[in-house]
Amino acid sequence: MENEQKFDETIRRGLEIVKEAEEDRLMTLSVGPQHPGSGHFRFTIKVDGDYIVYCDPDPGYVHRGEEKMCEYRNFIQNIPHLERPVIHDSTNITYSYSLAVEELANIQVPLRGQYIRALASELNRQVYTLYWLGIYGIFLGHSTMFMWPLGDRELFIDLLEALTGARVTHAFNIPGGVRNDMPDGFEERCLRQVAYFEKRLAEYEDIFYNNPLFRQRTEGVGILTKEDAIKLGVTGSVLRASGIPFDVRKAEPYDVYNEIDFKIQYMKTGDSYARSMVPFLDMKESCHIIRELLDKIPKSGEVRAKLQPNPKGPAGESYKRVESGRGALGYYIVSDGTPKPYRVKLSVGSFRNMLALPFLLIGSKLADMPSIYWSLNYWPVEADR
Amino acid sequence: MMKDLVNPTNFNVLVGKLGDVLTRALDLPLGYAINWGRIWSLWPVHLETACCSVEFGAASGPRYDVERFGIIEAFGSLRQCDLVVVQGTVTRKMAPRLRMVYDQMPDPKYVIAMGACAITGGLYIDSYNVLPGIDGIIPVDVYVPGCPPRPETLIQGCMLLQEKIKRSKIR
Amino acid sequence: MGSDQSKTQNNSEQKKSSTDSTQTSISKKTESITPEFEGSLINQIVTRFSDKLVQVIYVRPGRAKILVPPNEIVQVASFIKDRLGFDHAESVSGTDYPKDNQIEVIYHLSSYSDDKLSSQILALSTRVDRNESRMPTLINIFKSAEYHERETFEMLGVYFEGHPRNERFLLPEDWADIPPLRKEFRIKGR
Repeated sequence: MENEQKFDETIRRGLEIVKEAEEDRLMTLSVGPQHPGSGHFRFTIKVDGDYIVYCDPDPGYVHRGEEKMCEYRNFIQNIPHLERPVIHDSTNITYSYSLAVEELANIQVPLRGQYIRALASELNRQVYTLYWLGIYGIFLGHSTMFMWPLGDRELFIDLLEALTGARVTHAFNIPGGVRNDMPDGFEERCLRQVAYFEKRLAEYEDIFYNNPLFRQRTEGVGILTKEDAIKLGVTGSVLRASGIPFDVRKAEPYDVYNEIDFKIQYMKTGDSYARSMVPFLDMKESCHIIRELLDKIPKSGEVRAKLQPNPKGPAGESYKRVESGRGALGYYIVSDGTPKPYRVKLSVGSFRNMLALPFLLIGSKLADMPSIYWSLNYWPVEADR
Repeated sequence: MMKDLVNPTNFNVLVGKLGDVLTRALDLPLGYAINWGRIWSLWPVHLETACCSVEFGAASGPRYDVERFGIIEAFGSLRQCDLVVVQGTVTRKMAPRLRMVYDQMPDPKYVIAMGACAITGGLYIDSYNVLPGIDGIIPVDVYVPGCPPRPETLIQGCMLLQEKIKRSKIR
Repeated sequence: MGSDQSKTQNNSEQKKSSTDSTQTSISKKTESITPEFEGSLINQIVTRFSDKLVQVIYVRPGRAKILVPPNEIVQVASFIKDRLGFDHAESVSGTDYPKDNQIEVIYHLSSYSDDKLSSQILALSTRVDRNESRMPTLINIFKSAEYHERETFEMLGVYFEGHPRNERFLLPEDWADIPPLRKEFRIKGR
């Protein structure tokens, strides 16, 4: 008996020594926050030779306590700081907030207001996706793909500036509609822009998506299967790249999206290439949606419901979501009947997609890290809130 | 006699004196040349602290193109950098890292505080996790206000910094 | 819409009277406000578990909320996943109610695999004691809740039994205050 115990002890210690030796083989790398490939985010990885064997995300470098701040401001005052997590997609992040407050306070939005909202949201989706594409391009070493999208992005920013008055922080969606009507000649400008942009998209496809170097770096890299995508609960382009045609605009149409005819863009391979292709296809579809919105918009009418100075509703709660550039973006708001919300929770796409990061990185090569990380359509500021 | 004058103990003093004399003689022309070199090759650290990084990205894009003013795009090791553009809110978790990045940079180094959050805390002044301005951790050369500042404002801030460098003495 | 919101308002009152609420009263409520599909989903849960266990807070088009005690949440969640087809958690959040001395933890569940359920969000909520805030984790059933639960632990101090990492996530490493989303945590100047 004693001998057996001793034997066990020796084996255990031996195993520990082997394990320590194995640990010595591993090299720990801290990626971020000062790193071109990570932005405002840090993750620790361990590499065994070329392969990543461990990954631990450490977000929170831009955690600004939005949810706590919401409890101290009334429903209207909350809008400017709630759009800061994604300033290049600020219309979408305030969209679901407005929807949730409208449900709480029982506000009806005029039809023209709903159309302008959807239009601004689609324009902003282009702005967001182009910025993401630029960053994705530069971190895969493709400088042209940084310059082109950032240049074309300015044209959409010009449109939004004409519409809302600000470059990126629009604060355009408010409970009850939008802040102001479209300026004169906006429709023609918009259509001209979209026609130009569609030509550019074909060029993007030629220079970037059909580039053999890009395809080699992304195809077959970081495959997320359909089952895993469902299990991890990822959203947006990551989900659609894994072969699940889920889009909040179709699944649960908000405002005027049930009158718009469009297709859900998805791919079946689930690799980095598919994840980078789906936002591109979304941009194409978005151009189509913008045309259709401009075609169907009522020519005149109110854009904003009259509200009392401090809108409030009966106590209750509401959960509303929209399809943002990064996927479903939900707001859970609890109200206790006062003009200030009792609790606001943002369920953002980036935070949900972060779960896929260690899942995909473990087992892949270190050199594939940038192509996997940026293909997740991850914006750290939004994830941290 | 020469041996008495130049021995290991006072050799360093002698060289130091010589250096002083040389600096005084060459201060003006050399200083101008060195400052001129610094102005047109400012390398920013790639450290994004919050959402102003979007406008910084737009400023390096083709429309605004800060590179024509001598601010090079933010891609490089921080040990080759001499400019920190603090792009927005600094949280309590980021603050030690920001200071660490600043300490690792070689002299001379300059700091631009970009956005209201980096200057005073801005919109997030009452948040529990945000510093009220970055003056408490690192010395700031130029403040660029705005939430977020437009790329033009950032470019103006960079040009003000260049003016400041031009007028400063070489160290 | 107004009627069901006022119901949530009377949430605490309902909880007190939960013992005498009967099957018929719950189904009557669901009939009066709601579309059939959501009501049938909720009825499945209520018939499988007793109505004393599962309390229906509201049923609206596309949204439904139930309240279960913390020690039964694992069974209810696995029933929801296996039988009803909700396969992932969109969000996990907590709300602090100092008046009731309780923290409400709420899971917003949705589905990708079932087209019928894709517009539905089922809110599965539970209330834990504020001083002894512990509840079993659901990450073995909904893997997608992992980071959300970790965040809830950090922000509200709810300890998830069985979760491998109840530790710091978003806050700085040297955070030495109470969890910030509890109501007694006041931000400066307010």
